[in-house]
This record gives sequence, C-alpha cells and structure tokens, in this order.
Amino acid sequence: MKQHSFEQQHRDTWRLIEQALEKPSAGDNSRVLAEHYMLLCQHLAIAKERLYDAALIERLNGLVLGLYRELYRYRSETRLNFFAFFKRDFPRAIYRHRYYILLSLLVFVLPGLLAGTWTYFDEDAVYAVLDAPQVREIESMYDPQSSKIGREREADTDIYMFGFYINNNISVAFRCFAGGLLLGIGTLLVLFFNGMFIGSIAGHLTRLDYVDTFYPFVVGHGSFELTAIVFSGAAGLRLGYAIINPGPFSRLESLRQAGRDVVPMLYGIVLMLVIAAFLEAFWSSSALLSNQIKYSVGALLWLLVIWYSFSGRRYGPG
Amino acid sequence: MLDTRYRVEIPGGINLDAQVVGPIPRFLAFAIDLAIRGVFLIILSLVMIPFGVFGLGGGFFLILLFAIEWLYPVLFEVFWRGQTPGKRALGISVINDDLTPVTFGTSLVRNLLRTVDFLPLLYLLGLITMLFNRRFQRLGDLAAGTLVISVRESSRPGPVRDIEPLAPSTPLLRTEQSSIIDFLQRSPQLSEPRQRELASILEGITHEKGENGVERLHRVGAWFLGVR
Repeated sequence: MKQHSFEQQHRDTWRLIEQALEKPSAGDNSRVLAEHYMLLCQHLAIAKERLYDAALIERLNGLVLGLYRELYRYRSETRLNFFAFFKRDFPRAIYRHRYYILLSLLVFVLPGLLAGTWTYFDEDAVYAVLDAPQVREIESMYDPQSSKIGREREADTDIYMFGFYINNNISVAFRCFAGGLLLGIGTLLVLFFNGMFIGSIAGHLTRLDYVDTFYPFVVGHGSFELTAIVFSGAAGLRLGYAIINPGPFSRLESLRQAGRDVVPMLYGIVLMLVIAAFLEAFWSSSALLSNQIKYSVGALLWLLVIWYSFSGRRYGPG
Repeated sequence: MLDTRYRVEIPGGINLDAQVVGPIPRFLAFAIDLAIRGVFLIILSLVMIPFGVFGLGGGFFLILLFAIEWLYPVLFEVFWRGQTPGKRALGISVINDDLTPVTFGTSLVRNLLRTVDFLPLLYLLGLITMLFNRRFQRLGDLAAGTLVISVRESSRPGPVRDIEPLAPSTPLLRTEQSSIIDFLQRSPQLSEPRQRELASILEGITHEKGENGVERLHRVGAWFLGVR
C-alpha cells in the first residue's frame, strides 16, 4: 500500500487519538486510548517497515508515545497507601539501610560527644565552633530568666516557629541526603558539623547550668528530629556507596537502583521532621507543662522511635 | 555525530523513539520557573505581612517558602504530565527512562538532588554531567532514572498538491524511494538552487537538468507516495 492511501485510510483514527490524548481522563477517552493502543503500534510498525517518510513515522511515534504514557504507569507508587507505608514499607527501608544508619549515627554522634565534652570542661571551647553572636543568641534562648524558652527573640507565635523549623530542618535533611551524590562526602560533612554544633551547644549550656531549660525543651522533638537527620545521612551514604562500590552493576545502574531504593526513606524523613517541627513549636516550647511531664513524654517518644526503627527486622534481609 | 534519539522497546513489540533535550532549553525552563516562583513569593510576602512578620504571617510564609523551594517541581511533574510551567513553555517534559510517566519517588529524588547539581555555582556540576552522557542527564536524573524529552510536535509537511505523479523509468530500492519522498517533502524548506543541486546528483537517472530535474523528482516522489 502506498503511503498516501495508508494515510487516507487511517486519518480519522489518528485524529481521534490526538483529540483523546489532549484530555486523557475525560469521558470516554481512556477507553478509546486503550482500545487503539495495539492498532497504533501496528501502524507505527507498518510505517517503519514500509519506509514511509520520516514525518509520518514521527507523527505515529508521537501518538504511540502518548498512548504508552497514559496506559503504562507505576500505579502502586502513585497511590501511596499510608497505612502500608507506616506498617511495612518504612520499617523495611530502615532495616535495609541498617549499616548506613549505623555509620551515619556514628559520624553524627561521636563529634557531638567529643565537642560536648570539650565545651563542658573548657569555657572558651564553644567559640571555636560558633561565633560570639551565635553563642549569645543561644544563651539568651535558654536563659532560665527568659520569658519564652527556646525561641528566637523576634518570634511571637508558635506558628512562626513551626514554619521556621519546617523550612530549616527539612532543608538540612534534604541537603544531607543530596550530599551523598558527592561520593558520600557531602553527607559526612553535614552530619559531622551538625553533630558538632549540637554537641558543643549542649555541652556549653550544661556548663552554664541551663539544664532545666535546655534538656526538657529538646528531649521531646529530638527523638524524631535527630533520628530523621541520621536517616537522611543514611540515605545519602547509600547513594555515595552505590557509586563507590557498584558490585556487579555499572556505576550508573547501581546509582539508579540506589535512587529507587531510598525513596521510602525520603518519605519517612519528611514525615518525621514534620512531626518534630510540630512538637518543637507547640509542645517543647510550652510553658504550661512541667519539666517532669516533658521528660516522661520525651522518654516515651524516644522509646517509640527506637522501637519503630527496629520494627522492620521481622522482614529479614533483602 | 550528535544524536539525541533515545530508543526503548515497549510492550507492543516496537521500538519507541524520544528526543532528549539538551542544557539550553532546560536552563530556560528553569529560569521561567524561577521567575514564577519569585513573583509568587513577592506577592505572598505582601499578603502575609499584615498577619505579622514574626507571627502567623511569617509562619505560613516559611511553610510555603519550603513548599515552593522543594515541592514546586515535584508536584508539577507528577500531576501535570512531567511538566512545570517553564517546561511546558519550552515544550519539554520529564519522563522515567522506560518512557513511563514520572512517579512521586523518581521526581522527588531528581529534584532533591538538584542541590548537588547546582554546585559549585549555577548548575555547573549538572551541566558538566549532562555533557558527559548521551542522554543529557544531570546527576539528579542519573540517580532517579529520569530523562527530559521534547514533547513539542515538529511541523508536519503539508499535503502534496498540484503534482502529476510519474512512474520512475528504472526500478528503485525502497531506501532510494524514501529518499525521493523525503526530497519532495522537504523541498519547501530548501532554497531553489539547493534543490537543483541535489536533483543534479540524479541526473544519470532522470536525464533532466536544473529546474526540470527537480520537477521530475517531485513527480516521481508523488508517485511513490501514492498520490492519485
């Protein structure tokens, strides 16, 4: 068959598909698209086989591509099942990343402990990590004389601080993850410096004996926040290690697999940090709650997070 | 040779081609998105100031700032067929490397890793990575397994008119036939001297020179197309 008659014969079908592709989910269109997919594949194959001209092949190729994009997609992922995610997918992802989590934890906690011990015993040590205005700011935030504990001076509502924590903390976690692409070095640096900052602040405030303002404030949200930072470090290290040691795959393929693998971790990290920001803004800063309540609830939250982090073990390796 | 064709075999047993897109349209699309986000943030800050810079207004501003910085591209790519407004303006679209639509997961990964592509400044690392692979993928695309392809339709040749078909005097191979058809359909884009030049290559077959040679090839092309 000559190209001209081929085009004449199928012109109406192609126009129908083109129209349906403009609004794929409207009315009858998804049925129309599904019914014509194999036909269009056949038309494209015929056009290629008979060496019809490039413009026609390109047009049919575009139609099949459009049909294919409508008919084939990963449904399971576009319809996130939240219950299954909490119960199964996230704990499983945590278990799969356990060695990365361990490394991430060490790189985060050890500099923190060292810096904390140092600033606890040495009055000037804190100035090696933070500059003087930052130290003053932090001291005033946790000064037992201050009216509102743990808050930037200008902030006058909890909502503001909620927004501040969301923006700040999740961005830190995302950068920590992204740094993994630089062979994991970026991630290690973010973990190391954040650990060191937090540790030296804790040490310094303990030395000043601001214990009753600082620790009740951080204990509650710290459970979710610090764990989420460690998880984001683990996700980043997973990317970095995939490049460094690709195993039987090419480095590109290995990176691509790691990229798919860390996705549940990312969802989980965001959720944990939103919870943490909520706690930090509305619970930790509350002046109505006694320290005793804050410590007990904080302990419960830590137990919950740790228990949850280990709950993926039952799925075994893999 | 610089070939931007990306080929995938799909269910249905055929090879599907997509055109991957290079750095410049992608940069322009990003610039448009940046401008849109900037304008939105300015309007948002003006609206929020009366609610207190360090109060309710500031809080919502920071939450939306976060959403716009990190989620704007993800939400658009997932719910708007792989396109942010900038990408739509440039006729490009993000797609998984098996040519299925991007999912939440792949889009999230490629957009979070944007931070690294931006390093050390102005997407330098991303640009270098793009130039070092055949599919113009930046680091985020490599990790997520995504591509940016062109979805703009190229201009279609108009119907062949006013040409009397003519059977060729010699039998021709099918590849030769399709070259002649392509010549006919691309003629409107070629200058007349160039058409004559190309037609003169086939002088041995057409036995015509100059203008007549072009016309003869057009007529043979119409015959191969099956115009009646």
